[in-house]
Amino acid sequence: MNLIKKLYAGSIYLFLYAPIVVLIVFSFNDSKSRGSWDGFTLRWYAELFHNSEILNALYYTISIAVLASLLATIIGTVAALAIYYHMKPFQKNIVMNLTYLPVLNPDIVTGISLMLLFIFVKFELGFFSLLLAHIVFNVPYVVLAVLPKLKQFNHSLYEAALDLGATPRVAFRKIVFPEIMPGIITGLLFAFTLSIDDFVISFFTTGSGVNNLSILIYSMARRGIHPTINALSTLLFGAVLLLLLIVNKRITKTEMN
Amino acid sequence: MGKKWLTYPYHIWMALFTVIPLALIVFFAFTSPTGEFTLTAMQRVVDPIYLGVFWHSIYLAGLSTILCFLIGYPMAMILVGTKLKYRSMLVLMIVIPMWMNFLLRTYAWMTLLERKGLINIILTSLHLPVVNILYTDYAVVLGMVYNFLPFMILPIYSVLMKMDKNLIEAAEDLGASRWQAFIKITFPLSLPGVYAGILMVFMPAVTTFVISRLLGGGQYTLIGNLIEEQFLAVGDWNFGSALSVFMLVLILLSLGFMSRYEKENEGGMFF
Amino acid sequence: MNKIVKFLMISALCLVIGVMLVGCGGEKTVQRELKVYNWGDYIDPVVLEDFEKETGIHVVYDTFATNEDMYVKVKSGGSDYDVVIPSDYMIKRMINEGLLEKIDFSKVPNYKNVDAKFKNLPFDSQNEYSVPYMWGTVGIVYNKKMVTDPVDSWSILWNEKYKKQILMLDSPRDSIGITLKMLGYSLNTSDPEQLKQAKEKLIEQKPLVLAYVVDEVKDKMIAGEAAMAVVWSGDAMFIKDKNPDIEYAIPQEGTNLWFDSIVIPKGAKHKAEAEEFINYLARPEVSQKNAEYIGYATPLPKAQAQLAESIQTDLAAYPSDEILKNTEVFDDLAKNIAAYDRVWTEIKAAR
Repeated sequence: MNLIKKLYAGSIYLFLYAPIVVLIVFSFNDSKSRGSWDGFTLRWYAELFHNSEILNALYYTISIAVLASLLATIIGTVAALAIYYHMKPFQKNIVMNLTYLPVLNPDIVTGISLMLLFIFVKFELGFFSLLLAHIVFNVPYVVLAVLPKLKQFNHSLYEAALDLGATPRVAFRKIVFPEIMPGIITGLLFAFTLSIDDFVISFFTTGSGVNNLSILIYSMARRGIHPTINALSTLLFGAVLLLLLIVNKRITKTEMN
Repeated sequence: MGKKWLTYPYHIWMALFTVIPLALIVFFAFTSPTGEFTLTAMQRVVDPIYLGVFWHSIYLAGLSTILCFLIGYPMAMILVGTKLKYRSMLVLMIVIPMWMNFLLRTYAWMTLLERKGLINIILTSLHLPVVNILYTDYAVVLGMVYNFLPFMILPIYSVLMKMDKNLIEAAEDLGASRWQAFIKITFPLSLPGVYAGILMVFMPAVTTFVISRLLGGGQYTLIGNLIEEQFLAVGDWNFGSALSVFMLVLILLSLGFMSRYEKENEGGMFF
Repeated sequence: MNKIVKFLMISALCLVIGVMLVGCGGEKTVQRELKVYNWGDYIDPVVLEDFEKETGIHVVYDTFATNEDMYVKVKSGGSDYDVVIPSDYMIKRMINEGLLEKIDFSKVPNYKNVDAKFKNLPFDSQNEYSVPYMWGTVGIVYNKKMVTDPVDSWSILWNEKYKKQILMLDSPRDSIGITLKMLGYSLNTSDPEQLKQAKEKLIEQKPLVLAYVVDEVKDKMIAGEAAMAVVWSGDAMFIKDKNPDIEYAIPQEGTNLWFDSIVIPKGAKHKAEAEEFINYLARPEVSQKNAEYIGYATPLPKAQAQLAESIQTDLAAYPSDEILKNTEVFDDLAKNIAAYDRVWTEIKAAR
């Protein structure tokens, strides 16, 4: 049984990481084309550090993704609590349907309508419009991730805490919050993932001088994606993996003590 | 939690960023380019050729959702069963591939799936028959499953993780087999996570078009593609909006059955 | 899990705040500025650097993926660019809709460097709005090892022998355009009957087509995944360079001649700087750098003369005047675009 489980999990990870491996390998390809292997090179890495356009986009990508996912997680969690505890079934229905809309709308529709909205209220397109747009499409995913945990939560625990004299605030922090934490984390991860990967909505809601990596990469599509992007992705992937290992080690250590 | 005011910020938020854009789309859908009320755009939507596009999009997205569920549920269970020490790392590792750019990952799949691609090179060296699935429906479904799988695994995982183990033990004490305990206890209790997963896979999958263009070889138009063309290439925002409105209604209806099964009526679908 | 998240969140927050402080720290002194909007990877980065150094103008440089993406942003007022580089038919459309500013050619003396045959182009017949940046044709690249028949007509794309070996462009204008050319019509036709014939031809061709592609065509042809493909001439040069078995041919029925030209959008805030930039790009040595970096053809004969001998004389990059006579530039389809889109949807929906 254990072996089957390991094999199953292993093949899922293989499936998820196979394209990443390809990407990494091609970052060392001396050819600009994926169609031929012209030998090993590090020149794309060297070029990367001279390309201010890419580094700029990287800066915006990460700051937007981090800020948008954190803010969307807060808004989405509060929204999920509000929907769950304070709405009548009918109202809940309407609110939930509306919550789904940004997930359901094609990106192009969300992108263009947000752009028109920003232009209409004379909100200057740039960093903050981009950030706001990202929060908008992230929030539903957080709500969707948190709600199931609320449904699952045994509410008599919360009431018991109140009966035992806890203030609602303490009861919430000590009882409800830890229970829904996995949902919040899932929402945060989704928000970050979507934000880092979005092209269409970003394209229409950003202003001059503010680009994220997706905009840069998609705009290369007519000419072919430049291999420096592969090099950048490889470095990012390595950095994330390293960070993960370090954090995991530290946590394990503190838990051991 | 008597703080009723908690609901107000979200109401305002939604009014601004969901209701207004939606109103805009509905407005476009029912007007002519000069701004007069008309049903022309909506009538054009029900052309058989566009209905075919709708059907094909929903079919592919549905198939991908089912596959994601079948593949993802066992994975979520395995993750829950791993040692605490590795668990969070393993969970994060499900999401991390998605942090690489979508276009790059899809191109990488093309490299893997091509006639002379890596998979076929490996197969040939093992003297196995080659597979040619690039530019078929299989490749499109594969691409969709690949890109949306984490959105199925994680919600299920988060629901399974804090499940009351006592219930399952009690059921087993009472003579239920492990399979029975799963069917009668674990699975029903995990349904909210499954619904969330289905929504988060199905809805974006319906409107995706880059996957079908790259892995399907642009052989057919999907609904996301059609809408994009109307907004950009053709510049017919009225028809594009009409298509979106029709799709919204169609999907909300087709997903509507789900909330019927949700006991507490917090579903959010029209029924 | 909890601790990991806390740790990650705190470190992320520190990172963002840190980077933002760095970003805001260097308040720039008032400086001449120029906002440029171009296709991705469509300029030699050195050119931008040199321009900044020489003039002291700070360039804000952004990129777009398609003419249509760019058009929606410029038209809606969601952008404030001073220089944009769209293609032919889009320039016509923008002129018609009053989205472009007339260029003051007295500020662009280097315009004299542009080849006379690339002046008075149909999309800007009075030479008021645009300066050509790059140009090319559409043709067929084929793998000599896989194609034995002569490639001199578009009709080879309908040859049963190459079933599932043919790559078409996933672009309604180009694919319908070459079919119209093969049938002997104009690729700007508005005649429904001619469009219908083209549609039937393309549906007939569909079972033979391996895929409708865009930029992947380069990797595919280099790797030998297909026998022939419809491509833009600039891409053909790249493919030929990487795979010696590849040849480029322009069918005798004629083809599309395309341009990406530099224009100034209406209401540009830095028009003087924009004209300075356009003038800079029209210098032969600058255009040469760009042509070498991008691999497309320059409209400046003096720049062409500086390129490697093999490229200068390559008919794929710089076709003879005789071939050019038999070409047509895309016009703005205006209302007719819906008809083309409908045809394309029907082709895609055919099984």
